[in-house]
Amino acid sequence: MIEWASGILLVFGAVFYTAGTAGLLRFPDVYSRLHALTKADNLGLGCVLLGLALQAESLAAGLKLILIWPLAMIASAGVSYAIARHADRFGIKPWRSEDA
Amino acid sequence: MTGLEFPLALFLLANLVVTLLAAARGPTPADRMLMALILGTTGTGILVLLATSLRVGPLVDVALVLALLAAIGGLAFAKRAWQGEGDD
Repeated sequence: MIEWASGILLVFGAVFYTAGTAGLLRFPDVYSRLHALTKADNLGLGCVLLGLALQAESLAAGLKLILIWPLAMIASAGVSYAIARHADRFGIKPWRSEDA
Repeated sequence: MTGLEFPLALFLLANLVVTLLAAARGPTPADRMLMALILGTTGTGILVLLATSLRVGPLVDVALVLALLAAIGGLAFAKRAWQGEGDD
């Protein structure tokens, strides 16, 4: 049962990672690419970590795996804010639908 | 151990290669810097998958370090390195 739940979570994680990659390839400007990466990829990482924590041998090992997730979320939130603010200050215009 | 871990790690590695190509395409320095963010999330995912599938516990610590380094690298880039105008 736990193996099944873990496998499903792992596959879900891979799907979200793929969504992030697709977003990076398809989205038109740096702001929307940041959006795809920081949200979809972090959800993928969370699913993978939860799936692996389910099969951890001890509670401590599982908790350690899960604790990587908030760290990665804080990191990507800070970095994406810094990059987006800098891009805006350097005058990179957000994409608009009439540009298409 | 479900047997899925190693194939998924390879799959994430393929994702990483594709995003590397996209990052090389640019067009702004920020697009290239996205690679550091991706290494923070996808690289961490690959490492924890490998830690379980190969039963190498310390790889989880490496994953933690990678997540931290991605944060520091990205912030250092945004604050210090990227001084030019938008397009290069």
